Amino acid sequence: MKEKKGRFRKIIALILYLTVIGFTIIVLYPIINVFSISLRPADRLLSTSLKIIPDGASFHAYKVLFTETPFLLWFWNSVLISLTVTATGVVLASTAGYAFSRFNFYGKKSTMVGLLVTQMFPPTMLLLPMYIMLLKLHLINSYIGVIVIYTSTALPFCVWQMKGYYDTIPFSLEEAARIDGATRWGAFRKVVLPLAAPALVITALFSFMTAWAEYVVAAQVLQDTSLFTLPLGLKQFESSMSTQWGLYAAGSLIVSIPAVALFLFLSRWLISGLTLGSVKG
Amino acid sequence: MKSTRWGIAIGHWFDSERLSTEKFAYILMAPAAIVMFGVVVYPFFYNVVISFSNMSLRHFRDWHLIGLKQYEEVFSGRIFYTVFLKTIIWTVVNVFFHVTIGVVLALILNRKLFGKAAIRTLLILPWAIPQVIVALTWRSMFNYEYGAINLFIAHYLRMAPVEWLGKPLEAFSACIITNIWLGFPFMMTIALGGLQSIPQELYEAADIDGASGWQKFWTVTAPLLRPVMIPAITLGIIWTFNNVNIIWLVSNGGEPSDQTHILVSYVYKAAFNLYRYGYAAALSMVIFVILFAFSLVFLKRTRASEVVY
Repeated sequence: MKEKKGRFRKIIALILYLTVIGFTIIVLYPIINVFSISLRPADRLLSTSLKIIPDGASFHAYKVLFTETPFLLWFWNSVLISLTVTATGVVLASTAGYAFSRFNFYGKKSTMVGLLVTQMFPPTMLLLPMYIMLLKLHLINSYIGVIVIYTSTALPFCVWQMKGYYDTIPFSLEEAARIDGATRWGAFRKVVLPLAAPALVITALFSFMTAWAEYVVAAQVLQDTSLFTLPLGLKQFESSMSTQWGLYAAGSLIVSIPAVALFLFLSRWLISGLTLGSVKG
Repeated sequence: MKSTRWGIAIGHWFDSERLSTEKFAYILMAPAAIVMFGVVVYPFFYNVVISFSNMSLRHFRDWHLIGLKQYEEVFSGRIFYTVFLKTIIWTVVNVFFHVTIGVVLALILNRKLFGKAAIRTLLILPWAIPQVIVALTWRSMFNYEYGAINLFIAHYLRMAPVEWLGKPLEAFSACIITNIWLGFPFMMTIALGGLQSIPQELYEAADIDGASGWQKFWTVTAPLLRPVMIPAITLGIIWTFNNVNIIWLVSNGGEPSDQTHILVSYVYKAAFNLYRYGYAAALSMVIFVILFAFSLVFLKRTRASEVVY
């Protein structure tokens, strides 16, 4: 009887293990597939083989990507836009979050709720009016347009997340600094802000990732190939799949690697921030 | 209202500490508030105005207000209802699989398992990879002749290849499969966090009472996992409902012949491919109201039932 139960348990454990392994394979396969396509030699892009390392594997696609396409230019565009969004996001969210955390003022609560409600806007809700505004201001085909839109998408989450972190820093620290003669600004800048460094990092990385691989907005605002960001460039490769599939595969791996690395680094804080924020809200 | 505020402010004139506190708060808020006004508040009201106008590419500068006509057009056409139905199917199917797969994997990962940390990291990858790349990669995998999925079907299952991207139902399924793939890690991570916060003593107590594994799941795990999952599911529903990326990129803008649209991709097309600005703005408002009402009801319901527990 006991032996039977032990064997039953082992079978269950085996089934569970196989389930997890199965899902891991499903998760990894598309990534392996892209990797394998990126290694295919140019004359065998459209192969029907399922081999992971293709016959005649080479890094040719990567070489072409960097030397014969505007990939590096797009990369630079994406970096520039993402960094600007990051800097703006950090400055605005760190100050606004502090005000929300420490002070009571008129309209505080409704503003906080308003920030949450923006998360329910369908993407076109702000994109369309902003697009029309950009058209009227002749800012289509300029980075300012995308930067402004990305900042507005990232900011509500960043403000909430900064506020949540400031809430955990005891008020007595600022009081002590004030007694020592620091100004309000000084107490914030020199005492609280350094302590909030982890939250600043998260805000920075989150803003960066919002901008780094965004497609829907960029596709409308940036129409000139030389202004393209990486996602637009990749889409262009993908559209002419027969000739540029290898370029797409190589490019998408290069674009994903920093994003995935940042995400894995961030995920722990991001998740606790998400659950905390939503439970409270 | 405003005058009383001023009254209070003047009343506190001599209490400089207090006044400057508020002033300081406003100064700190100002940059973010100005930006949010410019990029959220103003566009929002501009969108409201556009939704009451006849603005389109033809009437771009000479537009004028036409009242509720655009809303009438939204609700009078059959297309709204079919697309809305598809959106509901899209959201329900996706979130159902996200939660089911996520919770099952979390339950397994919460046990003793060889190589747990590594497996967990690998399973998060779909969430970490940029959505654009996920969508485009799956689109290439769904390719009829050279895509990995049909090659797989032909090679291992020895069945006829499926025309994934050429037929409405198949293309819609392709979008759903892609979205399920990228969405379950979020639910898994949240569920795992919830499971780890359940005190071990509860299971020990259940063991003493002689509860079976199944009973323990329904009496201990499920009720304690619920409060963690409800907000995550709400977020998941909003994200899925509002996800333009996957539909737009996997089905290449609604192909075949606009049969795969959900509401947000349909608005996106109406706005930027058909230039029907007034109509798109009205439809955006409708979508927002639907989502907002849903969130209120859903959160209230689930919170109310939590009290009953």
